[in-house]
Amino acid sequence: MQAALTLDLAPIARADRWRPAELAFWLIPVAAYFIFPDNLVLLTQIAITALFCLSLDLILGYAGIVSLGHAAFFGLGAYAAGLLAAHGYGDPLFGLVAAAIVTAVLGYVTSFLVLRGADLTRLMVTLGVAMMLYEVANKLTSITGGVDGLQGMEVLPVLGQFEFDLYGKTAYWYAIAVLFVLFCVARKLVHSPFGLSLKGIRLNVGRMPAIGAPVNARLSAVYTIGAAYAGIAGALLAQTTQFVALDVLSFNRSAELLLILVLGGSGSLYGALLGTIVFMSAHHLLSDLNPQYWQFWLGALLVVIVLFARDGVMGGLRRLGAALGRNK
Amino acid sequence: MTVIFDGIASGMLLFLISVGLSVTLGLMNFVNLAHGAFAMLGGYVCVTLLNRAGVPFLATLPIAALATALVGVVLERTLYRRLYAASHLDQVLFSIGLVFMSIAGAHYFFGAQQQPMVLPEFLQGQINLPGLDIGVYRLFLIVLSLAIAYGLNRLVRGTRFGAQLRASVDNPRAARGVGINVERIFTLTFALGTALAGLGGALGVEMLGLDPSFPVKYIVYFLIVVAVGGSGNIMGSLVASLILGVVDVAGKYYVPQIGAFVIYAVMVVMLIFRPQGLFGRRAAR
Repeated sequence: MQAALTLDLAPIARADRWRPAELAFWLIPVAAYFIFPDNLVLLTQIAITALFCLSLDLILGYAGIVSLGHAAFFGLGAYAAGLLAAHGYGDPLFGLVAAAIVTAVLGYVTSFLVLRGADLTRLMVTLGVAMMLYEVANKLTSITGGVDGLQGMEVLPVLGQFEFDLYGKTAYWYAIAVLFVLFCVARKLVHSPFGLSLKGIRLNVGRMPAIGAPVNARLSAVYTIGAAYAGIAGALLAQTTQFVALDVLSFNRSAELLLILVLGGSGSLYGALLGTIVFMSAHHLLSDLNPQYWQFWLGALLVVIVLFARDGVMGGLRRLGAALGRNK
Repeated sequence: MTVIFDGIASGMLLFLISVGLSVTLGLMNFVNLAHGAFAMLGGYVCVTLLNRAGVPFLATLPIAALATALVGVVLERTLYRRLYAASHLDQVLFSIGLVFMSIAGAHYFFGAQQQPMVLPEFLQGQINLPGLDIGVYRLFLIVLSLAIAYGLNRLVRGTRFGAQLRASVDNPRAARGVGINVERIFTLTFALGTALAGLGGALGVEMLGLDPSFPVKYIVYFLIVVAVGGSGNIMGSLVASLILGVVDVAGKYYVPQIGAFVIYAVMVVMLIFRPQGLFGRRAAR
């Protein structure tokens, strides 16, 4: 009894501390700005997709909720921010907050539907919700512009200071800043008792209620948070491109996101970021050569990952680190 | 009346394609999103034979089914079988990978355009009854689907093979223990599922069209049928396809403004109240 009370929590507390490698990682976006000044639009896209991927990582990688319709929240966030900006409320941060609130509400409501079933039912329900939103956005042409996309957005300067310029400098720093802040929040979250209880639920859902963790409440909370993150990512996309295409809600976007997360390694925040960087760079380089070949190799890559390298880039790095550690 | 009839015909077509998925997903418990890719393969085989080699339409159907089954068996022996024990998520990712590859392959060999298809004389035209126009091809689809539904149900419920299959799915270890060759049963079943997909794909070219985006465009429909009907349940799939076909056609006909919204809504509501499907039983695994 005494032993249990004086359980050593130090390793868990240590995991929360920032390591040098992580600090080095966050120098990459700064370096990228100076190395690729002509590709800022692509870099901004990477930052936004990384945030989107982070949101899926929270619900899939940590809590183990499979979703084939995460684009629903991304798209809803994009339309929320887009519509606000198109109707005269163009302050970017206000748009982000509004998008986060709207998507969090949808996430909270749908979380109850998602939690009802097992894996397969969850896949179908998330897919169904996303497809319904897609159809709604497609048909409400008077509000969303339908297949033509939402136009006429007027986004004001960030904090009233930094105007969105033609070269995408402001857009880039804005996206990176939002990504960094939300990443820190997510990092705090997964190392908190709440995050640990999510891991516990993923690993053994039968045991968690026995030690007093309300499983459904926790899952629905993290689903809501994931939804809000995705909504913010969508809002960022809308604000930086000043345009919302119907494609933000498409099935392809959800499927591609799953792929990115698995490529990077789910269940690790840096896996989500690394996966996005690798995927988007490869996409940019290869699809210039031939779009069809790109899709073929994408599929082949996915098959190989599932069969042979289930833990993605992060797993590879970890093994590499372990191998190096042995050699020393 | 014509709307209902068309709905039934399109439901029957859905049934033909998705019953194959019901077999792999429901009986073998493998989430095979690449099912649409097999259907597409069947469609391309049929169209190619018909247009380039001049094979009669009715003869292309069994060839399409066989060719697809062959590809299915090869893939099953090399790739799928490694993932039977994997999580649903892995299976989903794996089969999405196959879908991407198949789309790229179809682009490469056939191009992005819709494939033309001319039905033989005796399947064209309409029968006009008072208040009801019956397309001959649609009637042909309905009759064929009913025959297949009956045959499959007999196969799974009434034959030795069916009994072995159900045993292998419910408890592979015990099935192996009583001398059933589980691997062979699974390979055969997978072949059956893909053959049905190929056949459905070949029959569906006329109504659904055929281009490289086929696997993604229709996979949602197939999944809905299986999810709503209760996976592994052939009669359930039949009923679900009929409901889906009629609701879809009627919805598009009477209230085109909301389009496909209705079927997704129906599916989500269904799954909330009966997560195991209309006629499903709880997964035994």
